[in-house]
Amino acid sequence: MTSFVSSHVRSAALGLALACILPVLARAQDGITVYNAQHASLTQAWADGFTKETGIKVTLRKGSDTELANQIVQEGAASPADVFVTENSPAMTLVEKAGLFAELQKDVLDQVPARFRPQSGRWVGVAARSTVFVYDKRKLKEADLPKSMLDLADAKWKGRWAASPSGADFQAIVGALLVLKGEKVTADWLKAMKTNSSAYRGNSTAMKAVNAGEVEGALIYHYYYFGDQAKTGENSTNIGLHYFRHQDPGAFLSTSGAGVLASSKHKKEAEAFVKWMAGKHGQAVLREGDSYEYAIGNGEASNPKLEPIAKLDAPQVEPSQLDSRKVTELMTAAGLL
Amino acid sequence: MTVSLSIDASALPTLPLRRQRHLAGRAMLLLAGAVAFGALLPLGFILWIAIDTGWQTAFALIWRPRVGELLVNTLLLELCTLPPTILLAVALAWLTERSDLPGAKTFAWLTVAPLAVPAFVQSYAWVSLFPGFHGLPAAALISVLAYLPFLYLPVAAQMRRLDPALEHAAASLGHSPQRVVLQVVLPQLRLAICGGSLLVGLHLLAEYGLFALIRFDTFTTAIIDQFQSSYNGPAANMLAGVLVLSCLGLIVLEWLLRGTARYARLGSGAPRPAPRHRLGAWRLPSLALPLGFAMLSLGVPVLTLSRWLLAAGGAAWRQPALAQAVTETLGYAALGALAAAAAALPMAWLSVRSPGRASRVLEGCHSYLGALPGVVVALALVTVTVRIALPLYQTTATVILAYVLMFLPRALVGLRAGIAQVPVELERAAAALGRSPAGSLLAVTLPLAAPGVAAAMALVAMGVSTELTATLLLAPNGTRTLATEFWALTGELDYAKAAPYAVLMIFLSLPMTALLHAQTRKSLGA
Repeated sequence: MTSFVSSHVRSAALGLALACILPVLARAQDGITVYNAQHASLTQAWADGFTKETGIKVTLRKGSDTELANQIVQEGAASPADVFVTENSPAMTLVEKAGLFAELQKDVLDQVPARFRPQSGRWVGVAARSTVFVYDKRKLKEADLPKSMLDLADAKWKGRWAASPSGADFQAIVGALLVLKGEKVTADWLKAMKTNSSAYRGNSTAMKAVNAGEVEGALIYHYYYFGDQAKTGENSTNIGLHYFRHQDPGAFLSTSGAGVLASSKHKKEAEAFVKWMAGKHGQAVLREGDSYEYAIGNGEASNPKLEPIAKLDAPQVEPSQLDSRKVTELMTAAGLL
Repeated sequence: MTVSLSIDASALPTLPLRRQRHLAGRAMLLLAGAVAFGALLPLGFILWIAIDTGWQTAFALIWRPRVGELLVNTLLLELCTLPPTILLAVALAWLTERSDLPGAKTFAWLTVAPLAVPAFVQSYAWVSLFPGFHGLPAAALISVLAYLPFLYLPVAAQMRRLDPALEHAAASLGHSPQRVVLQVVLPQLRLAICGGSLLVGLHLLAEYGLFALIRFDTFTTAIIDQFQSSYNGPAANMLAGVLVLSCLGLIVLEWLLRGTARYARLGSGAPRPAPRHRLGAWRLPSLALPLGFAMLSLGVPVLTLSRWLLAAGGAAWRQPALAQAVTETLGYAALGALAAAAAALPMAWLSVRSPGRASRVLEGCHSYLGALPGVVVALALVTVTVRIALPLYQTTATVILAYVLMFLPRALVGLRAGIAQVPVELERAAAALGRSPAGSLLAVTLPLAAPGVAAAMALVAMGVSTELTATLLLAPNGTRTLATEFWALTGELDYAKAAPYAVLMIFLSLPMTALLHAQTRKSLGA
């Protein structure tokens, strides 16, 4: 009897194992593959909307901006990616410089104002995010706040602020600093940052730390605050937002980009997806969804809760000038990576 | 089973049996050699990268303050974690094995149970309960909780089989009970403590998720940071080189500390079972130790997980990705277990059936992988596939290869034990009855070694189902495992949605933990 039972158990286990192994082995690869460095939930919303409208399946691979960009460069012509979507533009520039993007049609590019895409027309902006200094309202008054992002290098800010230096978001801000103020200022600022700031992994973790009173402020992007407020607000009740404005490096508005790989075997579908994201429907996802990133399409308004882009007084930075390799190098030299 | 005695002469092997066995040995040697060659791949990769990068760049990338900082962090972590873990493990083992502690058996189980909680889930539990908890103190505390079973298991097993005669002799020579413990019992635990400490030390070097969550930088977290900034750039690979050197350093240290003393028992017959010491007035206060450990190592995860599950309600279980993650995790676990067992088979057979210098060398090539962090294996495979073997790039095959490399030592141990229990005479009888060497291996050896094979595969499957680092770096597009989904959700601070993944990983690990516990008891005849 026991052997009867155990033989049934055994064949059941074997069947279960087989049932699980098969899908792993026979992974379907139809539709397009997107290397996605944007927040998974946002790109998933875009992909779902696109698939619903066109029937084209979208498979996402998650990674960070520069990780995926360097990965595409290494993969070269053999890259399985059809589309690359980032949070910030330096990673787009890296792939563009390697000559791996296909040219986009004019009607795709024209959906977005010129400041949110490179002159080359190899990729297009699909969303934007603003740098912000989040601070603990209980500890800092408006008068105590830094006038410029560069002030955070002063000795008086030692041990009082946080950032997520390993993240691509922060590295884009450093990239803007590099374009606006040059290598010497940037290297010195990073060196001061190493002594002055505490490193957190991820912007939301940094904001949470400010909210919990662990540190007085943090240099992150704006939408973490709005996203948390929309959920439970438990990680942002004590948070105040300080925009640097006045074209300060700390007022940098970062462009999220999307492009089609030259090596893609599904260029038409891939370009359709990019067009969809930058177009009416994709921008509506930004306005109505829970990402709280800025919509940038021509005539597309952002979520009304956000500070309007016009009021941010962001510095003019040509998105393709941001040099992520140089930034990684400088940050490695400063001991931040 | 009846064996027919009428042998058909034409079915007899044409080659003399001895020669055939010799050939079978050669074939196994060849196969094991091939596996060993593959096992050396990660090490070769480190050397290749070092040469490829050029000494000057390599030197500049290694000789910088950041590496010094990480080295100090790593040393401090080992120093703050190992001594308390050893002390606690010995104390708990003594209480559960050698004293009349109430509920000693239950507490023995509870002390092993944290093995079922993956280290990064343990860390998640603490972080979501105490958000400000970070840095070295947090790293050390959570490491003690997560890794103590690795020390407790061998120490408790060793205590159980100590011959009480030595302790009686010492007592009769006038030593106080305390001195007997210090001078007679403890020295006999040396091997178990050294081996367990090495295992814990290596885990501390290799772990990523635990330390990333509480913001404590080690070489492994720094390698991942570099990887996320520059994919497999030289800086990440150089850090991996330093990490491998640290692992080798630990192994040498353990080898030096192990000593050469004799631990085997003298005298004939079986030792008496050791009597349990009476704790007297300390009987109830002593409960504080195992109870406290269980509350911290099991209570905190249970508390956090149930809190998040209650907060999220049924919605947490209705995530569409959950079912896919479960199937894929089980699929990878099954494939990884099968592949690892198949890869370990030639070596296991050789080390039992024809031990010798060649097989010892090959076995070393298999076993050293246990000391290699997953991140190094993954980096090696990413680089090799993207630069040389592009068709294998981002395929299931590569992930499985990573699992085989990481868990080969586990598979080897179980298989070896299983094969050792199969009488060689039965294999020879099968050969005499006309089975080819491969045929007799499949028809006789493996079925008889099945319990060992199953245990080996179970251990590998458990490792795979909670593996994070290598899976993150290597998985094919669209892959979702419990560990990677859990990690993505904690990254977005969505602790409630992450909870079901953690619970499922714990449930998958539970049977294997029980197996491990039962096995160490059984193998020592307790």
